[in-house]
Amino acid sequence: MLGLRKKDAGLLLLVTVLTVMAPVLLNPFPVDSAMAQFNAGYPDLMQRFVIFGIFAIGFNILFGLTGYLSFGHAAFLGVGSYATIWMMKLLTLNILPGIFMAIVFAALFAVMVGYISLRRSGIYFSILTLAFAQMSYALAYSVLTPITGGETGLQIKPTDTPLLANLEPGEIGRASLFGLEMSQSSIIRMGGWEFTLNVGYYVCAMAMILAFYMAIRIFRSPFGMMLRAVKSNQNRMYYTGLNARPYTLAAFVISGMYAGLAGGLMVAMDTQVGPERMFWTASGEVVLMTILGGAGTLIGPVLGAGMIKYMENIVSKINDQILHTWFAFLPDGLEDAVVAMIYPFVGKGWHLTLGLMFMAVVIFLPGGLLEGGDRIRNAFRRKRTGKEDTAKQRTPAE
Amino acid sequence: MSRFNLTRRGLIKTSAGAAAGLSLPTYLRAQDSGFTNAPTGDTVTLGFNVPQSGPYADEGADELRAFELAVEHLNGEGDGGMLQTFSSQALEGTGILGKRVEFVTGDTQTKSDAARASARSMIEKDGAIMVSGGSSSGVAVAVQALCQEAGIIFMAGLTHSNDTTGKDRKANGFRHFFNSYMSGAALAPILIDQYGADRKAYHLTADYNWGYTTEEAMVSSTEALGWETVNSVKTPLTQTDFSSYIAPVLNSGADVLVLNHYGGNMVNSLTNAVQFGLREAEANGKQFEIVVPLYSELMARGAGENIAGILGSQNWDWKLENQLGERYIGTNAFVQSFGEKYGFPPSQAAHTCYVQTLLYADAVARAGSFQPCAVVEALEGFEFDGLGNGPTLYRAEDHQCFKDVVVVRGKENPENEFDLVEIVEVTPTDQVTYEPDHPQFAGGSLGSCNNGA
Repeated sequence: MLGLRKKDAGLLLLVTVLTVMAPVLLNPFPVDSAMAQFNAGYPDLMQRFVIFGIFAIGFNILFGLTGYLSFGHAAFLGVGSYATIWMMKLLTLNILPGIFMAIVFAALFAVMVGYISLRRSGIYFSILTLAFAQMSYALAYSVLTPITGGETGLQIKPTDTPLLANLEPGEIGRASLFGLEMSQSSIIRMGGWEFTLNVGYYVCAMAMILAFYMAIRIFRSPFGMMLRAVKSNQNRMYYTGLNARPYTLAAFVISGMYAGLAGGLMVAMDTQVGPERMFWTASGEVVLMTILGGAGTLIGPVLGAGMIKYMENIVSKINDQILHTWFAFLPDGLEDAVVAMIYPFVGKGWHLTLGLMFMAVVIFLPGGLLEGGDRIRNAFRRKRTGKEDTAKQRTPAE
Repeated sequence: MSRFNLTRRGLIKTSAGAAAGLSLPTYLRAQDSGFTNAPTGDTVTLGFNVPQSGPYADEGADELRAFELAVEHLNGEGDGGMLQTFSSQALEGTGILGKRVEFVTGDTQTKSDAARASARSMIEKDGAIMVSGGSSSGVAVAVQALCQEAGIIFMAGLTHSNDTTGKDRKANGFRHFFNSYMSGAALAPILIDQYGADRKAYHLTADYNWGYTTEEAMVSSTEALGWETVNSVKTPLTQTDFSSYIAPVLNSGADVLVLNHYGGNMVNSLTNAVQFGLREAEANGKQFEIVVPLYSELMARGAGENIAGILGSQNWDWKLENQLGERYIGTNAFVQSFGEKYGFPPSQAAHTCYVQTLLYADAVARAGSFQPCAVVEALEGFEFDGLGNGPTLYRAEDHQCFKDVVVVRGKENPENEFDLVEIVEVTPTDQVTYEPDHPQFAGGSLGSCNNGA
């Protein structure tokens, strides 16, 4: 199907079903129940899941296949975002031209950065990309304030009149796709449950499924094989007469374009840009996502992205008062003790929990969350068949 | 991985539900009442979005304390705080319009993306009807635009840049805190008074929006009264060592250094300046002086004894009523209930957040509805008193509060860590009032209020 092997087609189908059903799957608890705190099925977070999924898939094409660790990918995300918002401010509120320009600009910028940075490998490459990203951040934050809006960033304002939009004077433009507004939702109520089907989310989901399909094709192509060769031994490639540079540059630009697409979608969903999007921590985040999920695997980075965004948005909102209501059934002294024990790990302590989890994954599951899934599956299979098939075990990526 | 057990009955049920849902496109939860997140039960949810991590985490923590206190008072618990002194008596301590006030919290991380994500989750998931808080102008502007779009009310926390109620003003957003222009206008006459009218100033300015607006305000108000500006230099926000920026100051012919810095920047640059001996230096035959336009208790604590004798401006100070009397009624009531609950006096960030929450609740009570446009109408042009700043006006044209500005000076011998500044003078409201279309605020328009439906 679609030029995919059966196993890959199955994976694509699974991802498609999961993304389409996400509004239901992510809202497993009734709205009024105490567990509703853990529901993640609201538009903003679902959009973030898939957008950062795209970002991580793209990053993984570079890092997972060639082994080049870029520490400045957020710069491409930012460039894409600024390109999109300017298209929306000047040309049209339709998101498609904006997203297209985001990809184009990110690609151009990636060619420039990649051309210079790829002359070095290993840690020097990482540092060069980091330097470029910090440079872009500093430029966006202050020097280029007339273009980027500086600290306060850019938004669509009532004074913006895009060429192809007919807005009433004073009306604030909204992002749309041929008249269908991104913020439109329909809510399905079933018993105590509430599921929000949001236009913007499905636009993002469509983009992610496409991006995922492209990634599978790249992974399975001869080009992908070349990239893996770069990772395993670049010197040997040179000795056999192959020039690795064009391949790595192509991988760099492709992953930059993925980042641009993600940046463009971010603006399409939430029409504003700020320079923090390019800060080095944002670049570090995508590295974490990829490693957490499983570098070099197809679906791993998407899982990693989902995990980190879930922690950031759900766990960070559990404050001590919510904890107190949860443990209200305990005797007073014990309640306080339990809350005091848990509190450092939730709310503003979500970074701590994430850090511990990341350490655990890197130490015990070097192949990421996906390796964990494999191990569990193997454990069950072993029990059932009663014999060990270690030969089939996947070798962890890096 | 999930597994679906598809039954015929289940399929019919689901598709019927989906069809019903799809046939009624709606914006968020607006369908029932004509506006976003209309409270339906016997509670109403407010969203408090403050920095809990990052450089302003301390201020965020203090803001959160104030919000919790405000909710307590609105629900009729505790001693009522400023509700007793507030000139409007629409609130009775029975929640808002009889609905009990609940709240959700979020972490802005002082990044506009994170702040918008957190605010959107409050709006989309928790059903918040109002969002408040924040400790930087970038975040305030970003969240304000989001609230305008979603159709809920934004009550800004600590944001000092002119842009929040200037070029980025929005109909659904309101700011109680003062701004760069007011700092300049309040400080200038007192600077002239203290240091003389023939001074030459050298500006070091943090290289971002807030820095620009503050520098502009300070330069124009001091020049109008006779000062000269020798030079102004932009410093990168991430700078931690300002020696190379301070060194040229002494030989520049300037005799005043204005530090348009905030937070860690200000702590570092001021420390460097004092280490370079600027406080003891003489230039043009006069004592060299340093000025910090925006002061905060937390920064003063960071800078330690270097702050002694340095002039700056504040939105509010917890000693106001004790030192300047009845006009600032409300201050003591708030300080007392805050102190009783947490054991120390509140910061100006806490004060502005507390007041904003009360003002929102009061506007809803007076309007008799949670509908954003009704609330906007109730707040526009609202004159009130008894919230610690003296008589105050919420101006209709730009949703900015106009009130007295406090000019403070770092204490030479502070008694404890909460008493680091002394009040020098209070600049009355009419001296800090400006036209809504003043050049420093030009380029914005409120637009029309948005109910979200």
